[in-house]
Amino acid sequence: MAAPFDLKDDSVVVVIGTGAGGGVLANELAQKGVSVVALEAGGRYLPEDYVNDEWESFGQLAWLEPRTTSGDWRVAKDFSGLPAWIVKAVGGTSIHWAGASLRFQEHEWKARTTYGNVPGANLLDWPIDGAEMAPWYEKAEAKLGVTRTGDRPGLPGNNNYKVLEAGAKALGYKEVSTGRMAINSIDYDERMPCQQTGFCFQGCKWGAKWSSAYTDIPRGEATGNLEVRDRCHVLRIEHGDDGRVTGVVYADRDGVEQFQAAKVVCVAGNSIESPRLLLNSASSMFPDGLANSSGQVGRNYMRHTTGSVYAVFPEPVRMWRGTTMAGIVQDEARHDPSRGFVGGYEFETLSLGLPFMAAFLDPGAWGREFTSALDGYENMAGLWIVGEDMPQETNRVTLNTEVKDDFGMPVPNVNFDDHPNDVAMRNHAYGRGEALYRAVGATRVFPTPPYPSTHNLGTNRMSENPRDGVVNAHGQSHDVPNLFVSDGSQFTSGAAENPTLTIVALAIRQADHIASELAKGNI
Amino acid sequence: MTSHPRTRGLTRRALLSHAVATVATVTVGANFICAPDAAWALEVTVLKPETMATLILMARDIYPHDRLGDEYYAAAVKGYDAAEEAEAVEAGIAALDAAAAGAGYAAYAAVPWEADRVAILRGMEASPFFQKVRGGLVTGLYNQKEVWPLFGYEGESYSKGGYIKRGFDDIAWL
Ligand SMILES: Cc1cc2nc3c(=O)[nH]c(=O)nc-3n(C[C@H](O)[C@H](O)[C@H](O)COP(=O)(O)OP(=O)(O)OC[C@H]3O[C@@H](n4cnc5c(N)ncnc54)[C@H](O)[C@@H]3O)c2cc1C
Ligand code: SF4
Repeated sequence: MAAPFDLKDDSVVVVIGTGAGGGVLANELAQKGVSVVALEAGGRYLPEDYVNDEWESFGQLAWLEPRTTSGDWRVAKDFSGLPAWIVKAVGGTSIHWAGASLRFQEHEWKARTTYGNVPGANLLDWPIDGAEMAPWYEKAEAKLGVTRTGDRPGLPGNNNYKVLEAGAKALGYKEVSTGRMAINSIDYDERMPCQQTGFCFQGCKWGAKWSSAYTDIPRGEATGNLEVRDRCHVLRIEHGDDGRVTGVVYADRDGVEQFQAAKVVCVAGNSIESPRLLLNSASSMFPDGLANSSGQVGRNYMRHTTGSVYAVFPEPVRMWRGTTMAGIVQDEARHDPSRGFVGGYEFETLSLGLPFMAAFLDPGAWGREFTSALDGYENMAGLWIVGEDMPQETNRVTLNTEVKDDFGMPVPNVNFDDHPNDVAMRNHAYGRGEALYRAVGATRVFPTPPYPSTHNLGTNRMSENPRDGVVNAHGQSHDVPNLFVSDGSQFTSGAAENPTLTIVALAIRQADHIASELAKGNI
Repeated sequence: MTSHPRTRGLTRRALLSHAVATVATVTVGANFICAPDAAWALEVTVLKPETMATLILMARDIYPHDRLGDEYYAAAVKGYDAAEEAEAVEAGIAALDAAAAGAGYAAYAAVPWEADRVAILRGMEASPFFQKVRGGLVTGLYNQKEVWPLFGYEGESYSKGGYIKRGFDDIAWL
């Protein structure tokens, strides 16, 4: 089916990683007739392989290679080797994701201008805005089949949603719905509607939720222009004397090193692996790492200001039944500094199964205070806080040269400290979340700390001025013209919204740019 | 010595120190332990049976759920009955017993009130042994499919067609 390309074929575009960013980019390029080799560290898993079991699924799909952590975030203490929850598979974290698909608000593209000088924050405006992105968002929503956009109806509300909705209305919130979800409410694009199985985080066995694993990837392969090589782990990117990249070195499925030549290289390994790869590609010409003349590679790591609120009620809720995240309250997403912080946050329904609840409700806790909470599991409702966090130069991915992976490469260290704005926002959200559930009769409420990061952003950020960031408005390296960044690490700021719709919209836009520049002979 | 708010006097403590095991649910046999009603039994090959019995009690004290029988705690810790674990576990339980002795009891398993046992555990909370046992229980206990129904959790649902026709929105009390 897919055309195999020769290792020496230097006319191909190499895409590293096949998740939300890389998977979409690879397909979009292939649809335009561009030859693409996509290298993916993980294996292939399709809906029939996914399992409705939290730990088993985690073992099947998660990126479990060694990583280290530092900083004052609680994850560094409770999950010191697991800073992030990311998938290693063809399709990447789009297999695990919950499907919440929101556009940025207009002011969020201009964080520095809107929020002003926030001490300690390395805020910057994006070099693009909502008007520029609107058509790309529309294409992304159509690709993902986002509910409540186009003429696609919303999903029905499950038990967890009904509790959220009742509490939100009692507090006077107005913007409450089952959200904009990349989960079919009706048959769409050859995928069936959601069956409310409730294991969205473990991969949708019905294919009702969009994932690049079973949409963009096979469609790209069907063109004959895309070859996906799974279990191929890229170790570094090489360049010539002219400073242009020439290809990538990877370990194939047998652990043998190979060199794939390339005309263009696009990095989409998610925001920890992408900067790690650039830093591991340092050379005598680029001693601080590839594309790093600004010194910003790996910096400004963002993970959203998150946290959860779980509440126990006198009667059963059974929150695990049905879609995990189809419920949202958006009234707090606005920018309103009178609350004591800049930026805003969303409340979204969230449910964990009993095994994950035991691990994440209050990591490290034990005794009756903890177990009596779990005894109330059947009567629990839950929501997730997702808000804008401040980019900080010292929140960064660096190479930990003391720890090496199986290929002898330094592993990434993720350093993170909460900014005072993050803390103020989280505390505000805990308070409102508690009030929301108390308003419908909660007898006990748990302000639950953030999990290992599911949203990883900002470590190769976009900037107008090459001094301030790593890539330009098209995700193209300021330093190396045939090197692109195609994942969430491009984010200049995080906004309050779940990031994937924006990652996909940027990938579609980037594919358009790369194809036309290639056609014009500009890269 | 661990300070001990719940111990109320020498007489009671002296009495207790003569009790063998105040825990009624587990009896110790030659090389196995079983429930008094013989509902379940666990063979131990490497650890001393008393050690395994105390470990099961420790597991329950860390994550006490009154609706869970001892068999689930036993299943969660039975992996420690292995050659490579034995030394650390025997030492850990010996330390636990020593802490109990310091508080005036014959052994950890002879401390009658959960709160008193928990106070002893708090005193060794930072030890690698405690952290290993606690950490292991998070999956060892809660990832047993058999315990899920006791919390109401229904587990896998794909094979049953999801909840679309099985109550995903059946909440009635709101
Ligand atoms: C449980 C969970 C729920 C989520 N829910 C939502 C949601 O509701 N809405 C939302 O917007 N977002 C959600 N997200 C986040 C979303 O999944 C990510 O934002 C998105 O998948 C990121 O896309 P990406 O392309 O940057 O990286 P990924 O999708 O992670 O893809 C990166 C890929 O690159 C591969 N790779 C990395 N390094 C290398 C290398 N050196 N060589 C070869 N391959 C490599 C990886 O194996 C992986 O397959 C969720 C995430 C999780 C974990
Ligand atoms: S609840 Fe819906 S979207 Fe989620 S896994 Fe089940 S069928 Fe898929």
